[in-house]
Amino acid sequence: MHADTDILFRDSASKALLDPQLRANFRRAMDGLMAKRKAQFPDPQDLQELRELSTAIRSRSLLNLPTLLEQLETNLTRNGIQVHWAETCDEANQLILGLLQARGAKTLVKGKSMVSEEMHLNAFLEAHGIEALESDLGEYIIQLDDETPSHIIMPAIHKNKDQIARQFSQKIKDAKYTEDVDELTAMARKVLRQKFLDADAGISGVNFAVAETGTLCLVENEGNGRMSTHVPPLHIAVMGLEKVVANLEEVAPLYAILTRSATGQAVSTYFNLITGPRGEGELDGPQEVHLVILDNGRSRIYADPQLQATLRCIRCGACMNHCPVYTRVGGHAYEAVYPGPIGKILTPQMEGVGVRHDLLHGSSLCGACSEVCPVQIPIPDIIVRLRREATHTDATSSVMGKGSGRTNTEDWAWRIWAGVLKRPALYRLATWFATRFGRALPGSAPLLKHWTAHRTKPVPAKRSLSERMRAEGGPHV
Amino acid sequence: MKKVYFYGTCLVDLFFPDAGMAGIQLLRQAGLEVVFPEGQTCCGQPAYNCGYWEEARAVARAQVALFPDDLPVILPSGSCAGMMKVHYPELFHGEPDESQVRAFSGRVYELTQFLVDVLHVQLKDLGAPVKVTWHSSCHALRDLGLKVEPQSLLGQLENVEVAPLAREYECCGFGGTFSVRQPEISGAMVCDKSADAEATGASVLLSTDGGCLLNVNGALEAKQSQLRVQHIAEFLWERTHAR
Amino acid sequence: MSSRSAILERLRATAGGGPLPTLNPAVMERRHWSAPERVVRLRKGMEAVHTEFLEAKPATWPDVVRTFCESEGLKNLLLGPTSEAGGALAATWAPGGTQLVAYDRPVEAFKTELFTSIEAGFTGTVGGIAETGGLLLMPGPQEPRLLSLVPPIHLALLRAATIQDSFWSAVQALGWTRSLPPNALMISGPSKTADIEQTLAYGVHGPKRLVVVLVDDLT
Repeated sequence: MHADTDILFRDSASKALLDPQLRANFRRAMDGLMAKRKAQFPDPQDLQELRELSTAIRSRSLLNLPTLLEQLETNLTRNGIQVHWAETCDEANQLILGLLQARGAKTLVKGKSMVSEEMHLNAFLEAHGIEALESDLGEYIIQLDDETPSHIIMPAIHKNKDQIARQFSQKIKDAKYTEDVDELTAMARKVLRQKFLDADAGISGVNFAVAETGTLCLVENEGNGRMSTHVPPLHIAVMGLEKVVANLEEVAPLYAILTRSATGQAVSTYFNLITGPRGEGELDGPQEVHLVILDNGRSRIYADPQLQATLRCIRCGACMNHCPVYTRVGGHAYEAVYPGPIGKILTPQMEGVGVRHDLLHGSSLCGACSEVCPVQIPIPDIIVRLRREATHTDATSSVMGKGSGRTNTEDWAWRIWAGVLKRPALYRLATWFATRFGRALPGSAPLLKHWTAHRTKPVPAKRSLSERMRAEGGPHV
Repeated sequence: MKKVYFYGTCLVDLFFPDAGMAGIQLLRQAGLEVVFPEGQTCCGQPAYNCGYWEEARAVARAQVALFPDDLPVILPSGSCAGMMKVHYPELFHGEPDESQVRAFSGRVYELTQFLVDVLHVQLKDLGAPVKVTWHSSCHALRDLGLKVEPQSLLGQLENVEVAPLAREYECCGFGGTFSVRQPEISGAMVCDKSADAEATGASVLLSTDGGCLLNVNGALEAKQSQLRVQHIAEFLWERTHAR
Repeated sequence: MSSRSAILERLRATAGGGPLPTLNPAVMERRHWSAPERVVRLRKGMEAVHTEFLEAKPATWPDVVRTFCESEGLKNLLLGPTSEAGGALAATWAPGGTQLVAYDRPVEAFKTELFTSIEAGFTGTVGGIAETGGLLLMPGPQEPRLLSLVPPIHLALLRAATIQDSFWSAVQALGWTRSLPPNALMISGPSKTADIEQTLAYGVHGPKRLVVVLVDDLT
């Protein structure tokens, strides 16, 4: 993974900006998604009430987290679903491998799961001779090209249909070239139906886990989630430990706001509630269901009262749909499992604030993300907080990699900045120089050259406001 | 006569002093005495946003000290007003002077917000017909919730047509240090914004914020556009005062 | 220490700080319609996502199903022979034309046939959702899970009187908040995707068509 090299979001974003096709694909898709979401919330009062209710539900779940997780485990176990705990991705991968190997499973189909992306589960299983086939159409498309998702809900959104048409004609056996979306979909259906039929196991994520009834909730449109969880004899679900909710009543508002925020749908095609393996007298459904609960840094995020809000996320992707940076560079530029605004706060907390310092500065702090977030995560405030963590070592902080992004240059720059701005006489001197000589500064000067790549040089006024007010001799203090 | 404080902000001080003067004149036109304390510098936002909170606090403290009386503090900037009103209480959380700072924050207003929500000004348009477009600054919009105030002032001017800007609520790409730390993305954002602004057919783009104006103006000038930018205070003053 | 204990211990070191925020569900509880309005809303919501409707009366719905199967030229229709809806249909089904197939064996003995030669599946429902459109199903021994998933056409019997205002009110009315069967679900339309350029395409993995047999039992 990204051990000690500084990954420069700026570099990969710059490359993405040079790809007009990519930019057009994202702009069109994001404009469409924003309009669809807006149409789902015609009444701002209803929306705000629903957001507040959803926020309160997620906050309560987190405040009660250890109790709810234990209750979930007890009830799942009672229902016949076996529960496993993993502190790290590696531990979770080994657990799953063990379950598969013990049952001689060689092929498995997967429903969409971002946690499994976090674990790099597919690559791990392939390395152990197990075929893990993504069955969500978008995930299937990117798996064919050995890519990662560029969006958490719409993983193949960076591709247009011409690109997918070419890809299918080259990579699917006996496929003809067509740009017709229905025909392309039919091709994938044909391939994947056979895979569902043959698979030894199915893997899925979890949208909500209900503690009181011991239920795993899955939201989807395609039916591949139901196929993966009901057709093969073994179903393994993976989830981050924050996904638990107290009861099904609390799931209803979260579900209502999830589909509307994510894709602008009032409801998904399927909302599947799994409370057990094949029951007494049942003729189908998996013989065994397992749940793997993953930590991977979440309990550390949980320890900080402000940063805990990160774990409220229900993975709708609205923050990326509305982000002016994401819209322009796309998901791959982040070089992270979770792109966009939520990724900007999640990735540095999981991988280290110093290592992903550059990601933290890839934001203008415009606040479009938190404005639409269904659970009101204050993403810009958390970005600012993590920028601080990256450059400081506050004693009370539990943030991974705190202080490791600090540089002497930046340190001194802010010290000088404060030294001038807290002394009016120095500030006055500085503005006097700027107003008299600022226009003579070459556009190629350090820092200024970044500005002038797309803009003319900013020219200070001939006399500052303060100077003019002094000259006016008005009622100053 | 009622008194108010005026806080110029560093960007207006250095780049848009006419907008600052206009803001003061608008308040005087509404019958207020405007106090402009000597020694103002910067609200501290750049350091705050970069995580250098001690430095931001030192600068912020020096500003707060300039406004001791219980008078409204008016700023010609949504971003700086947002910093002082919303983020100062966070920045000073747990500090010995937290309560003084909170009291100060409670007195802070962005200019158009004060003109509309407190003064309920009625403007009379003395200018020639003109078509303008409006850029919402992110912080005016989201920190302060100013969705209608600035536009309602423009709506009072009978010879002013406001052409809607496509993606009005999208950031222009300034973002303070963002514009130099992520110059490519920031550049792409401001190029799109200036193209959207030009497409409105307006002759002037107005905003409440010096940062946005500096940014969009630079991009428009770079492509030698006919469209120019202006701070809303300056525009309002030009059109409403008798010469 | 096991991972379980280590994780729970770390969480416990933090949890429980401060009062729990109160929940104000007013926005969920505002959703109310009369019984006839619920039918209209459900149809509107589901038709918007390509669900088809067949109108029927309590006494004659099996004929409506039959007529549909014949007009579509379906070779077969899979059902749960001991389920209420499946049993009622089988009882009146005359030989000839579309052949009824009973889902009465474990899927292992039946998987290939299910995937390759079954043309339609028939299920009952336990309710509907007016607010957004949607059917509630409780698969089980009488009505296996794959009946509503694998066949290309899913025919579902819905009695108008069972339509609830919202998912919120339905889970309470059905007692799902307290206990659930091994599988329960909501279905709002045929399987769909928008993963290729945001263009909607139907019938990606699950049924290509969802046909609701809507029984008017309101009067």
